[in-house]
Amino acid sequence: MTAPLNISRRTFIKASALVVGGLVIAFSIPQAKRFLLPGAAKETGSADEAKLPAPNAFLRIGTDNTITVMLAHSEMGQSIWTTLPMLIAEELDADWSKIKVEHASASPAYLHTAYGIQITGGSSTTWSEFDRYRQAGALTRQLLIGAAAEQLGVPAANLKTENGFVISDDTKISYGDLAEAAAKLETPKAVTLKDPKDWKVIGKATKRLDGPEKINGTAVFGQDIHFDGLMTAMVARSPVFGGSVKSFDASAAKQVKGVQQVVQVPTGVAVVADNYWAAKQGREALKVEWDLGPNASLDSKAMLEDFRSKAANPGLVAAQLGDSKTTLSKAEKLIEAEYVLPYLAHSPMEPLNCSVRIEKDACEIWTGTQMQTTDQQAAAKILGLKPEQVRIHTLFLGGGFGRRANPAADFVSEAVQVAKAAGVPVKTVWSREDDVQGGYYRPMYLHKAKIGLGADGFPTAWEQVTVGQSIMLGTPFEAFMIKDGVDATSVEGIADSPYLKKIPNYHVSLHTVKTGIPVLWWRSVGHSHSAFVMESLVDELAHSAKKDPLDYRRELLKGHPRHLAALNLAAEKAEWGKPLPKGVSRGIAVHESFGSFVAQVAEVSVDQGAVKVHRMVCAIDCGLAVNPDSLKAQMESSISFGLGAAMQSEITFKEGKVQQSNFHDYLVMRMSDMPKVEVHIVQSTEKMGGVGEPGLPPVAPAVTNAIFAATGKRIRQLPIGNQLA
Amino acid sequence: MIILNINGKEAQLDVSDDMPILWALRDVMHLTGTKFGCGMAQCGACTVHLDGQAIRSCITPIAAAVGKKITTIEDVQNDKVGQAVQAAWSEVDVVQCGYCQSGQIMAATALLTTNQKPTDADIDAAMSGNICRCGTYPRIRAAIHAAATKLA
Repeated sequence: MTAPLNISRRTFIKASALVVGGLVIAFSIPQAKRFLLPGAAKETGSADEAKLPAPNAFLRIGTDNTITVMLAHSEMGQSIWTTLPMLIAEELDADWSKIKVEHASASPAYLHTAYGIQITGGSSTTWSEFDRYRQAGALTRQLLIGAAAEQLGVPAANLKTENGFVISDDTKISYGDLAEAAAKLETPKAVTLKDPKDWKVIGKATKRLDGPEKINGTAVFGQDIHFDGLMTAMVARSPVFGGSVKSFDASAAKQVKGVQQVVQVPTGVAVVADNYWAAKQGREALKVEWDLGPNASLDSKAMLEDFRSKAANPGLVAAQLGDSKTTLSKAEKLIEAEYVLPYLAHSPMEPLNCSVRIEKDACEIWTGTQMQTTDQQAAAKILGLKPEQVRIHTLFLGGGFGRRANPAADFVSEAVQVAKAAGVPVKTVWSREDDVQGGYYRPMYLHKAKIGLGADGFPTAWEQVTVGQSIMLGTPFEAFMIKDGVDATSVEGIADSPYLKKIPNYHVSLHTVKTGIPVLWWRSVGHSHSAFVMESLVDELAHSAKKDPLDYRRELLKGHPRHLAALNLAAEKAEWGKPLPKGVSRGIAVHESFGSFVAQVAEVSVDQGAVKVHRMVCAIDCGLAVNPDSLKAQMESSISFGLGAAMQSEITFKEGKVQQSNFHDYLVMRMSDMPKVEVHIVQSTEKMGGVGEPGLPPVAPAVTNAIFAATGKRIRQLPIGNQLA
Repeated sequence: MIILNINGKEAQLDVSDDMPILWALRDVMHLTGTKFGCGMAQCGACTVHLDGQAIRSCITPIAAAVGKKITTIEDVQNDKVGQAVQAAWSEVDVVQCGYCQSGQIMAATALLTTNQKPTDADIDAAMSGNICRCGTYPRIRAAIHAAATKLA
């Protein structure tokens, strides 16, 4: 057994009786930690708590033996609906078949243990909840044993627990039967967590608890909310970012059967109707005259030229050592390259939507969100309410990828504005066109690198200039994510690259560009561009030095055992160096992000300019793998998401407007393009990292490095598209 | 008034006959298992069966369904093939966010109804109209093969 953990030191845990009978275990955090937003963390005990049944509950045990686990985070495909209950079940010795799961409400009790706001992002859920959820399970178990000890008149030490029962030598009592008595006991001040060698649940491949309802169509996503009186709205927005309504004529829109109202809101003009079809037809009939504003001449080609001219000179310094300029002038060999990556839309399968009902001194919101705190604050501000008067019901997210965690709370704010203006409960629904053209993209980036090699073929100096928009600028995260003008997410994976640590002279700098295009984190954030550039550059260096790309990386990554463990496992499983069928070539890449280390080997052929990815071999060191099967699923997912983007996806602008509109021209991965994927897990006891995003960064460079091996052509711009035709 | 046969039951709908089947199902009948993804037959999230054929309900007006049978995810377990597909989906643990999976299951059921032993190429051809942004494609492929084996 491990040493008892004093829980009250970090979190306050409280046990109490359920109104309907049973036991409820509740947490609150007296002090939120870094990333605290103004007003984000008020102590519980507010009006919210008074009004709602246990708004800070993490776990309920009913007299019917059901164990309900409340999720402080949002399920968007990453399987925390299963992983977090596994943590509780492990310590509680629960009967897995009795577990039910619910999304928690928006409440200070559910603030991220590291970030201080209620958020699902940064591939952080499992590691950030690993202690808190296990403690909830262990504490509950202790209470149930205490109740059984009293009931049986035996010392607690003589009792054990198994599969939902407290067991003595001659009898066993179900948790449900003990729940009410346990609720009356004093909450223990400390709990003892299981020794990892005794784990029965953690580390075992476990099937998803949300599988059945997502297979039979009963799972409820934000889009599926319906109640009497709920109207559907679509908003006509400016065709150019930053534009505004000059005037509008709603007469034809109001003629459409089912259209009830047309109202102006800050983002445009909303058509409120009985159903989506009527709202869509109404919006098509609506005539709006727009003031297109300052961005009416946005043009991707002109922007690229602007980025290129900026890259000719160093920007603000992000990392620096030695004298790269002098060293480069004396280098044996000089490699210069420019890399370009486009704007990208997240385009989750479920188009954005948000349902809002406003009542006197209260507001209810139903939506799939990754960031309840900022959504709650934004809604409260619009309505002149306190945040705790805004109740957010989080439904299943039909994909997130970062789009549903917006510090600007765009889709929630707009829906609140529509409901406020219309004076009726409204579900605002985005069309796919609205989604593709609606902004909050992964920013476009241009990188210029100049690297000098010594006589041994290894780098002696490295200069890199990055040009792109800042994701954090203008958000509440700006204060701690932007230092001396440098947004850490713009240069993550570059400024802290393990490759640079081997080099005595480097200079990494950043030009932050302002364009008027709304940008946001997109699965793997800065690593989504930096890994492509760094792993391509290292490959360029290896080939220039006439060394094997794997051996070259191994040499540069000496002293980085977790990079090497992932790299070596991927190479071994892919049988690096072994001949492949004619026409097929391999490429390799390795990258650290969100605390995990992922290496991938791509097998690719190029036939008359058409790229085919046959197989991806992936190895990851994320520390402990709580649910190895969901970890594998996240690697498969990241490979699909990353491949689609690398091969085909881009958002471009002409005359201020986004040129793509739906899945016919914003191209994403489909079944016929999906390669075979193999995932291998490094057996690791190192610090836990994330799994939702780290599988993505190495995908593009593994593929383009394989393309180089196949064709001798270096892809320096994404998407790959028709560049080889 | 339009009369439709949905999952074996007759329903009367007081909407214009150009309304796509998708919105009749979702907004009028409140059968929300069928999903909206793109509105132009590009993603397959809205796939249902019309007389057993997989169709994109987001572009098919209800007028086209009069006198025919609409089957949705809510009723597919009553079909022997549909049941095998759902069981295989569970066995392989296919789903992630789950939003596209109703459409995937309906498309896979239609495929296995006409082709008892699909090859990978057959699966590519039948399933490439169904987008999954979570990238469950390798598991969908495995589940279709597993269902085919079970049905054989």
